[in-house]
Amino acid sequence: MMLPFVWMIATSLEKGGLRNYVEAWSQVPFGTYFLNTLVVTLLTVAGVVVSSALAAYAFATMEFRGRGMLFLLFLSTMMVPQPVYLVPSYIILARLHWIDTFAALIIPWTTNVFSIFLLRQHFRSIPRSLYEAAVLDGCSTFGYLWRVVLPLSRSALVTVILFDVISSWNSFMWPLVVTNSESMRVLQVGLSYFNQEASSNFPLLMAASTFCTLPLLVLFVLSQKQIVSSYARSGLKD
Amino acid sequence: MKRWTRSVAPLLYILPALAVVAVFRIVPILSSFAVSFTRYDIGGLHRISGLENYARMLGDPRFWSSALNTVYFVLGVVPAGIVIPLALAMLLRGKLAGKSFYRTIYFLPVVTSAVAVSVVWTWLFNPEGGPINSVLMLFGAGPLMWLREPRGVFDMLLSPLGVHPSGMLAGPSLALVALMIVSVWKSIGYNTVLFLAGLENIPGEYYEAARMDGAGGWSSFRHVTWPLLSPTTYYVLVMSTITSFQTFALVYVMTAPPGGGPLGTTNLLVFYLYQKAFDRFDIGYASAISVFLFAILLGLTVLQRRFAGRKVVYE
Repeated sequence: MMLPFVWMIATSLEKGGLRNYVEAWSQVPFGTYFLNTLVVTLLTVAGVVVSSALAAYAFATMEFRGRGMLFLLFLSTMMVPQPVYLVPSYIILARLHWIDTFAALIIPWTTNVFSIFLLRQHFRSIPRSLYEAAVLDGCSTFGYLWRVVLPLSRSALVTVILFDVISSWNSFMWPLVVTNSESMRVLQVGLSYFNQEASSNFPLLMAASTFCTLPLLVLFVLSQKQIVSSYARSGLKD
Repeated sequence: MKRWTRSVAPLLYILPALAVVAVFRIVPILSSFAVSFTRYDIGGLHRISGLENYARMLGDPRFWSSALNTVYFVLGVVPAGIVIPLALAMLLRGKLAGKSFYRTIYFLPVVTSAVAVSVVWTWLFNPEGGPINSVLMLFGAGPLMWLREPRGVFDMLLSPLGVHPSGMLAGPSLALVALMIVSVWKSIGYNTVLFLAGLENIPGEYYEAARMDGAGGWSSFRHVTWPLLSPTTYYVLVMSTITSFQTFALVYVMTAPPGGGPLGTTNLLVFYLYQKAFDRFDIGYASAISVFLFAILLGLTVLQRRFAGRKVVYE
């Protein structure tokens, strides 16, 4: 299982050694790609956490007309794979004049139905008596979410954040389609173009693959227990 | 005041999520149906063309060959993505020593981007001096052309015996099989984790009871593990079918531009859709393909629910 990674690093050090890394980094503006990816990932994840927590809170604790229908509508969009709505999304983004902007990379991904689902499950497990006690203490509805529900949901929030960091950092088809200038390019798209340009220079390509993978690798090593158990939990969502 | 909080406040909480879901999911999903009945090009000029795009699809040999490639791909990737991870999970079960070490190893490909993985495997499969061919040649086999080999694998395997299957019987090209290998390798970790979680949910008493009845290793797998694991297996089956149908980055990165080669043998449906929409700007036709893709996935999910779902044992 590990051999491809071993070969990746071994090949990246062939011929020029560490100089391959410097050369790959300077041949195309990987610095810009890194920065773009970082901005997109941070803002996307922030958006997902805020919008999903708010929506999940309403679905979990509030009674209102059409709640079941609305939740079902949300869930049904989860069944539709991305390639199905990619083309019309492109048309909508073009109408909004968002093509080749951060808005196109970020805003369509600032909510995630799976995150809403996961948080709602968790919020519902918090006993109702806590809410009544908090209200007696003069806590508002939002105050209860902020001061009681969220602190009690740390592990679910970590799951949501890790999932979205990984999928945002690695996303490829969407940024490939909705951006075209070099200054808006994210890491994965940049790496795929570099692959076409330097297709026979394998040491340079392996060096670039290594530094594009490194940030997630570090994240994974630091939080592998949470990541693996989050993924294990994703299978229990039925 | 109270009525206001009851009716408006929940909507305010849901609004941010609802706005995004409505504008970037529901409207696009519905309009992909609408656009598929029009002639639409990059200028936005369009007119209603009825079933024209669907008629074109039926008569388009490239569409059918990418559909066949996708079928090969899914049929190759899904079973391997169940058998290997299940075997691995059985091996790793209950092993506490070095658990996190093993976990790091098999889970790393899951969190690595499909693009980086594809770039690395393109090098591994490289016919000239790539590591895989070097290893094959140590054993006196190969070298193989891998990603540049358009010949069907059944044809390659059987032709030394004097049998030359052709057409569909020649099977997926070696290039497509190379993509399948990468796809399975990347998904092993996730599926293993799911199976491990499923195995943990099987109470130990069942195994004890089986042992008391004189069941050996295979028979306790057959009568305890397999039936009680079926919800997990079913979930893995559905999820890996859906994800393997959507394979895109592997084709885009691992096959030389314009992609899908050699001789179109690695062109998968989603990649063909992408080519039509964003290389040719044939938006109406691409939408018809995406509607077809959606219909297939929906149909498969329903079918799997009816056939596999019936045999699934929930405790």
